[in-house]
Amino acid sequence: MDNFFYYLNLIFVETYKILFLLIPLLISVAMIVWLDRRVWAFVQKRRGPNVVGPFGLFQSLADALKYIFKEIIIPASSNKIIFILAPIVTMTLALLAWAVIPFGENFVLSNINVGILYLFAISSLGVYGIIMGGWASNSKYPFLGAIRSAAQMVSYEVSIGIIIINVLVCVGSLNLSDIVLAQERIWFVFPLFPMFVIFFISALAETNRPPFDLPEAEAELVAGYQTEYSGMMYAMFWLGEYANILLMCAMGSILFLGGWLSPIEIYPFNLVPEPFWLIFKILFLFIIFALVKSIVPRYRYDQLMRLGWKIFLPFSLFWLVLTSSYLYYFNLLPNN
Amino acid sequence: MKFSRILKTVFLFDFLTALIIAVKEIFRSKKTINYPFEKGKISPRFRGEHALRRYPNGEERCIACKLCEAICPAQAITIESAERKDGSRKTTRYDIDMLKCIYCGLCEESCPVDAIVQGPNFEFATETREELYYNKKKLLDNGDRWESILAANIKADKPFR
Repeated sequence: MDNFFYYLNLIFVETYKILFLLIPLLISVAMIVWLDRRVWAFVQKRRGPNVVGPFGLFQSLADALKYIFKEIIIPASSNKIIFILAPIVTMTLALLAWAVIPFGENFVLSNINVGILYLFAISSLGVYGIIMGGWASNSKYPFLGAIRSAAQMVSYEVSIGIIIINVLVCVGSLNLSDIVLAQERIWFVFPLFPMFVIFFISALAETNRPPFDLPEAEAELVAGYQTEYSGMMYAMFWLGEYANILLMCAMGSILFLGGWLSPIEIYPFNLVPEPFWLIFKILFLFIIFALVKSIVPRYRYDQLMRLGWKIFLPFSLFWLVLTSSYLYYFNLLPNN
Repeated sequence: MKFSRILKTVFLFDFLTALIIAVKEIFRSKKTINYPFEKGKISPRFRGEHALRRYPNGEERCIACKLCEAICPAQAITIESAERKDGSRKTTRYDIDMLKCIYCGLCEESCPVDAIVQGPNFEFATETREELYYNKKKLLDNGDRWESILAANIKADKPFR
């Protein structure tokens, strides 16, 4: 009986922890959509959503309400189970990955030893939601979008993987907290700057953001894999997409921008609590994401593939060799 | 490819330039108006929602000549008339199907007594189609509501007619 209560207690505590992470995350995803639209509008000298709530902050909530009351249309010739499952998979996977993101030294849901591997695995699985959605719709545009998306995400995952290895060689651990702590002396963005740039561009491709938004290229494919979706199912796709973008920003800030560490260890800066630094860094990266959306034209598909396989992959491999030889020659290899 | 071009590509020169321009543009003044709270300027000739005007003594201007009905290219106007007790000819029915109307302004131009006019109001969207089948009462109400602006607009436009 004691055992039973022990496990019951464990379940409750863990559930509260998860909710404590999940609810702010979902709210911030909604806010980030607003920020995205706002930045985009500002660059184009428009005003963007500014009516609902102060500065239009509740626009996303109003949108969510609209989506909830809209009818969910399931095409007659679709594979219904997979069709319904696809947005659920996308969103679940996008939220799952947040379990290992460390917001502070001891402020992480599950501090597992292979955190970065887990993160990478989950974000790779994200492509399944899109393929399932595109396939189950049984319609030509979603199908084409899904094909493009699969090829694109697989290609760029390869280069992201090698970039991550670059960082791991410098750290000597797969634990995300260790990766952040290894940057106490210098953030990896400085010695590995080209890798940071390539990571950023690959992250754009990985999350289907412009200029690599070919899977949902509205000029050619209506809305890509989302074409047949409506109502709350569409909203879930879009929540998952933005959660993924935030995740990529978080990954970028942990791998290169020193995670929760403050930029300089002097008086006014180290008063700010650790999670806020991570949030600032995520926001900073996200604003660049949003700016990029507004300034670049969409890539052609062959250009996208060429960039991934012929430029990023060889270059990051070359840089990996360079980094490891440097570390080996000067005897700087982390030994644990 | 020229060497300078390669350098530019490698160092993302064009991209960074664009990024700087984008950040600059964020702080410039906006080119759009804050629509529901501020509205664009409307010319006196603006052809918006229809209205039937009255004379200052409250008498309807419309004499049921049916010129507007005849000229309407969309055939949106339906008029029925009858003789009133004082011997004048007045409309018993004056309907405009706002869904058919193409807002060309020919009814306003054809009217010999400035009775049917198109006012400055363009915000009359409704939730059902039925609400857009305007009848005489609705049009007269519109006329009463917008009379001051309508009169001013007609006066402003007079020299150019």
